Amino acid sequence: MSGENHITEVSGTGVPIPGDDIDTDQILPARFMKEVTFDNMADYLFYDARRDDDGEFNDHPLNEFEGANIAVVNKNFGCGSSREHAPQAMMRWGVDGVVGETFAEIFADNCKSLGIPAATADKETVTALQEWIREHPDGDVEIDVEDETVTYGETTVDVDIDSSMQEALVDGIWDTTALMYSNMSKVEATVDGLPYVESDE
Amino acid sequence: MSDGTLYDKVWENHKVTELPNGQDQLFIGLHLVHEVTSPQAFGMLRERDLNVAYPERTFATTDHIVPTQEEKRKRPLEDEKSEEMLDALETNTGENGITFFDFESGKQGITHVVAPELGLSQPGMTVACGDSHTATHGAFGSIGVGIGTSQIRDVLATGCIAADKQKVRRIEIEGSLGEGVYAKDIILKIIQELGVDGGVGHVYEYGGPAIEELDMEGRLAICNMSIEGGARAGYINPDETTYEYLRGREYVPEGEAFDELVEYWESIKSDADAEYDDVVTINVDDIDPLVTWGINPGQVIEVSEPIPAPSDLPTQTEQEAAEQALDHMELSPGDSMLGYDVDVAFLGTCTNGRVSDFEVAADIIEGQQVPDDVWALAVPGSETVRKECEARGIDQTFIEAGWEWRRAGCSMCLAMNDDKLGADEVCASSSNRNFIGRQGDKDGRTVLMSPAMVAAAAVEGEVTDARRFLDDGPSDVLAADDVEEVAD
Repeated sequence: MSGENHITEVSGTGVPIPGDDIDTDQILPARFMKEVTFDNMADYLFYDARRDDDGEFNDHPLNEFEGANIAVVNKNFGCGSSREHAPQAMMRWGVDGVVGETFAEIFADNCKSLGIPAATADKETVTALQEWIREHPDGDVEIDVEDETVTYGETTVDVDIDSSMQEALVDGIWDTTALMYSNMSKVEATVDGLPYVESDE
Repeated sequence: MSDGTLYDKVWENHKVTELPNGQDQLFIGLHLVHEVTSPQAFGMLRERDLNVAYPERTFATTDHIVPTQEEKRKRPLEDEKSEEMLDALETNTGENGITFFDFESGKQGITHVVAPELGLSQPGMTVACGDSHTATHGAFGSIGVGIGTSQIRDVLATGCIAADKQKVRRIEIEGSLGEGVYAKDIILKIIQELGVDGGVGHVYEYGGPAIEELDMEGRLAICNMSIEGGARAGYINPDETTYEYLRGREYVPEGEAFDELVEYWESIKSDADAEYDDVVTINVDDIDPLVTWGINPGQVIEVSEPIPAPSDLPTQTEQEAAEQALDHMELSPGDSMLGYDVDVAFLGTCTNGRVSDFEVAADIIEGQQVPDDVWALAVPGSETVRKECEARGIDQTFIEAGWEWRRAGCSMCLAMNDDKLGADEVCASSSNRNFIGRQGDKDGRTVLMSPAMVAAAAVEGEVTDARRFLDDGPSDVLAADDVEEVAD
């Protein structure tokens, strides 16, 4: 695996996106999914929340913290639809890493597929980080994927990164297609043992 | 760690190997593909010069973007972007030898309606689709998981996903449902009790007498909404009801081959002494029909209950969510949902777009008329469902009662076609999500309920207890007026 796939840390500035149970319909409304590529998804990120009734940008954090690349979210972020369009839109807008209280599982899976570390911490820790970012919009935030810490200002806090996500990112093995493709002979053996799959003979 | 459950056995049967990152490589026995989440995956496959590994285990249909009006189902589709997506699916499936249930096939419809009715979904399988409601297929005793587009690429290229094994929570449903209360009410009750994130890290095994009594369509409705409870998948152990449903379906082998499959299906059931990570018991003996009052499927009450005050909720998180919900829905604590004005009634989707759903609703609307200011929309979950309803005259009941009877698709569940809520409109919906903006307008409001309740709401133009329309329903059902009297 080439070295460019290793993701041991991401750093930059933060953007707080407060609220529990923010679903993927809010992150990327379904009506903007009518495209056969992900190329334009950044334009549609949080479309309804970011714009007023005339379509102009409002004071949503994504408008205020433009250029940020670490999103800090709350509980059950990314619940609902499985659409990868949601993390794709975040990535294409500029997000390289997310810190939150908890993530919905398909969303976390999608982040891993895209090489976006998703770190979790308790409510107090996350809220304190969101507050600090509001006070220091240009302040450095760093997710250390290997050490499972987030550092902001003079503060370093412990966070959790799902062990398979951590391993995949640090070892540069989050491209699961390549990983699994090397096991195709074993796949055949598994398939042969399944009574519902008719053999080729 | 669970042991001896269906989940453990099916996982073990499909596990190819352990990957260097600690995840398991899991073979996917049935891969369902639709137009919205797959074109990018086929694109990635082409970039890597890879072929589809198991085209014969892959089936496609088109559901999210298709127009449901008869006159608009002509190619090229009027909407250019929709046409582009449909065209991409046609090309991708054609080039890769994948069966595609297109308009001409007569079998087009929602993935999670089509695969069960054709007998593609069977016990002991792993099922994946780029749609979170893939959990639906667990109704047969399989592991159905929703996946993102990069994972679709994985399944196309290798027939596998990389996955972490989850904990298993057994949800034991005791008691038996009263007249006019349905599977949809059970799953709403479960989500109310356990929360929208209660299932994170788990799959749900649904069991107990109330589940065993359900027919397959009821079981599909329950497993369908596992994801709304935060669970990665949900399943029900297969039994005679399952086998009876499958017998004779198009993709189910007959004769000796069927009997052999039944042996396999019996072998993968959870053992009597299976160990679960968690067991929850819920009794449904006395539950009334449920409706949502908020903006997630956990904000739900029995229809005659008052809406809770945020201050009465146990956590700050729930309190804040309730404040936001009341604001969006224009409701106040203590209000009843009975009498809440409805502009649109939507019957359909992968949760409740099956023949029995239209049958139940038809009983309620027969001889009734939808008021002029209500738009009532009946959208079969598949063309097979539509034809079956039409053969039985169910469509005529809808049409005579003032409903629009449409062709198959996802329709107003997520509003990727022309069927959308207008600003501020309220929709009584048999779908699975009441998220803000879900039905096509950020000010639109969605009230989730069973098909019977949608039918009754259409007749009254407001949320009402559907049991009032049942000949054999209970006699003590409250109407909106009763609630106001109580309030006075």
